[in-house]
Amino acid sequence: MANFIMFKSLALLVGASALALPMTASAHRQWLLPVATTYSGEDPWASVDAAVSNDLFFPDHFPIQLAQIKVTAPDGTAGAIEHGITARHRSTFDVHLTQPGTWKIGTEGFNVMGSFKVDGVEKRVGRRPGPPPGAMGPGGAPGRAPVESVALDAIPANATDLKLTEAISRNEIFVTRGAPTTALFKPSGKGLEFDPLTHPDDLVANEPGKFRFLIDGQPAKGLKLTVIPGGKRYRDAEGGYDVTTDANGVATVKWTGAGMYWMTISATDNKPTTPRATERRMTYTATVEVMAP
Amino acid sequence: MKPSSLLAPVLALAPASAMAGSISIDLSRLSVAEYHRPYVAIWIEGAGIQPRTVAVWYDADHRGDPGTKWLSDLRGWWRVAGRNIGTPPSGISGATRAPGHHTIPLPADLKPGVYTLKVEAARETGGRELVSVPFTLPRTGGKGAGNGAGGEIGAVAVTLP
Repeated sequence: MANFIMFKSLALLVGASALALPMTASAHRQWLLPVATTYSGEDPWASVDAAVSNDLFFPDHFPIQLAQIKVTAPDGTAGAIEHGITARHRSTFDVHLTQPGTWKIGTEGFNVMGSFKVDGVEKRVGRRPGPPPGAMGPGGAPGRAPVESVALDAIPANATDLKLTEAISRNEIFVTRGAPTTALFKPSGKGLEFDPLTHPDDLVANEPGKFRFLIDGQPAKGLKLTVIPGGKRYRDAEGGYDVTTDANGVATVKWTGAGMYWMTISATDNKPTTPRATERRMTYTATVEVMAP
Repeated sequence: MKPSSLLAPVLALAPASAMAGSISIDLSRLSVAEYHRPYVAIWIEGAGIQPRTVAVWYDADHRGDPGTKWLSDLRGWWRVAGRNIGTPPSGISGATRAPGHHTIPLPADLKPGVYTLKVEAARETGGRELVSVPFTLPRTGGKGAGNGAGGEIGAVAVTLP
């Protein structure tokens, strides 16, 4: 039970920090970067960096906290991270690929934030995001203290002018030992989901990647998928581009070359699951590897 | 003995019949400070057939390490065939080979059709290369078809039955 409570509070923290990114003018991006996505051999290990920074994939800002990382094995069971360290600018960890097939590694966030009034006085719900304690690395300065605000379940009955947004975010990578599998892509029918028609570990520079996005199980048409190749440090321009999902919710992505790409897509609607919330904001992010032909 | 002994009977078959086709591959002799024999995959693609692996030469016993960790460096082969095979079975696997000329038989049971022979090499501390040689069975012209790259792989030729 204690573990469960801890998980819940961590999940809230994750939500707070993940959610801030697309909403602010800042281009700070959360990213996971596997050394490779395709593995052969009898005993493969995937190594991953995880950080928050402007440029992809150049860790110069904050690490993602290891406690946020969730690993799912090809058969759907929970996997584990090993050899994890959190350095000043990034976290690094390994995942022992003990099963053949495609593994999912990522973070999930769920948060509710907004404001309301009591007797004409505005109050806030949810934390103002800041780096969690320890985010500055061992011996670093403590993170900014969150602004105190009212918990969701403490909103008084006489509150008026409720403006509550439910924010759900996921940030994932996929790594495959042997042949790719698709069990982990089975949609749940809830929220914004990644439903790849091209397997994300089967991408080649001269073939477009086709990725379907679903909202509550239905094709998410007309959404903008932002695609950014890594390595901006060695170019003048970021080189990112947007791809709009078609009537079937499919984004057809042409690659500008082999390498690692960061992709993100967001949608907002008025179908939150949280009571009294009025808006739902959903963000899905993935890093994919595109091989040379 | 060494895994290369597995290939000995296969090699012996090559010149056995004048009617049999063969595949010849030159692995380049490279003047580099640190040389390791390349991993090589040889396979055949054709319309309507699964890519068919003819041979994989890799370091199956590298000081006790199974060497399969590096098979995915043969990224073309790994994608179309290798990842479905996993550890190559003894019928197609063999030890890495020295620079020079190597000949192996063209599978005798290929049905009439248009095919592409693919030879891919990847070398530790070296490069990666892919050579394609299209051929048709039964042959419509001369007995041979060839192509070359000039880096890891020299000339690749198919001699048709």
